[in-house]
Amino acid sequence: MSHRRMQTSILIAGAGPAGMAAACAASESGARVTLIDLSPTAGGQIWRGAKPSGKLSKQWFERFAKAAPERIQSARIVSAEPEARKLLAELPGNESIAITYEKLILATGARELFLPFPGWTLPGVVGAGGLQALVKSGLDVRGKRVVLAGSGPLLLAVADLLREREANVLLIAEQASSATVNRFGLKLASSPGKLAQAIGLRARLASISYLTGCWVASAQGDGCLRRVQVQQDGRRWTVDCDYLGTGYGLVPNTELAEVLGCSRTCLGVTVDDLQRTSVEGVYCAGEAAGIGGVDKSLVEGVIAGYSATDNPGAAQALFVERARTHKFAKLLNTTFALRAELRSITTPETIVCRCEDVRLSEFDAREGWRDAKLQSRCGMGRCQGRVCGPAVEFLKGWKSSPAKPPIFPARVGTLVADDEVES
Amino acid sequence: MPNEIEITINGGQVRVERGTTVAAAILQAGITSFFHSPSGEPRAPLCGMGVCYGCMVTINGETGVLACQTVCAKGMKVVTE
Repeated sequence: MSHRRMQTSILIAGAGPAGMAAACAASESGARVTLIDLSPTAGGQIWRGAKPSGKLSKQWFERFAKAAPERIQSARIVSAEPEARKLLAELPGNESIAITYEKLILATGARELFLPFPGWTLPGVVGAGGLQALVKSGLDVRGKRVVLAGSGPLLLAVADLLREREANVLLIAEQASSATVNRFGLKLASSPGKLAQAIGLRARLASISYLTGCWVASAQGDGCLRRVQVQQDGRRWTVDCDYLGTGYGLVPNTELAEVLGCSRTCLGVTVDDLQRTSVEGVYCAGEAAGIGGVDKSLVEGVIAGYSATDNPGAAQALFVERARTHKFAKLLNTTFALRAELRSITTPETIVCRCEDVRLSEFDAREGWRDAKLQSRCGMGRCQGRVCGPAVEFLKGWKSSPAKPPIFPARVGTLVADDEVES
Repeated sequence: MPNEIEITINGGQVRVERGTTVAAAILQAGITSFFHSPSGEPRAPLCGMGVCYGCMVTINGETGVLACQTVCAKGMKVVTE
């Protein structure tokens, strides 16, 4: 294995829209900027594949190319030393790197919220965003029968991509009620851009059945998915399909922020006007600071980039724009709030922790997340509770404890390499 | 096709478009099980973004590699469980 070290002025964790925007603003202010990201290419989940197609992404990829920040792709940040202002990351081929920084901008994005239900561990049951990612990275879905279920506008975006790739989208099951979804539609009228987007999307998806107050109660198949059982108004029926894309919203990725000691709430990392976290020299922008979509990520990213390069005037000029995106975020989050009935889709026999195969019934005598972890190994597997933690929080109301390093399974060599170089 | 590369999945030759991830290539080849869970259930990708560890495979002898975060390279040898 090989280990190297580097130093930078502004280090940005995550190369999605927030990270790219922060990198542009910071580079344009004249700072030395380094981006570190898990994916092989920049763009994050929404602009995956770095093949800009939309107007907005094209514009940003151009600005990003001009800013030309230093980039470290395919790197997984495994640990942090806040006092030394240092991050430790692993690269493919047994390589590791230690990066010291003056300022750090967290743009770590979000992951999907998965609710466990019978059969959700079957191959063929994929995250809605997960299916989108697979399709964008080469999976051919022509003629495949797909059901999408969960909550939020991501289901529609995924349906649109699948339609374009000639999949047969049989159904979109949205758990929110028709009343709240319609109210959401009306309120979009106050932001013309969003409304136009929504109308275009609705027209393209007109032939796909979109059911509200509806969800998937179970997935069935022998060794892989064959059909799902759909529920609406107490009525249940089955739909044969090849893929189920499911996702009940997004969860901010705050593990790195937690290890650095940044304050957070259930909504995400706490930031002030200038996107500063509670830890000096550490900023946060985008979904990690609160779920709200691409426009919020971009404007927060730019503000963080200016703010971290001591350019508060330029940052302040964007406060009004940011406030608009926050209003939209609030509307999103109230519209697609999860109904309590969804707790009943997780039966006692349902596996909740996929890494360790822990079933819901194993939580019966447990008092909280810590107790459940120690007794059942729930959340102790490779994903370190990233999948089951938010699910258990919804099902049981148990909050998971702040992340500890290493925040991802790491090679022992990586964790000691930097000390060895030092001594 | 110049835009295609060849890799091996479980000993079989597979041609994929350049830029395809190993996870997409495996599913494309009709393989549904990437590895088995502690109780022996077949598992496949869930999150598609390197978080869930549902796409672990062996690539060129290295075990536990995330297929969804790895782009196919010419001659790569991929093994699922």
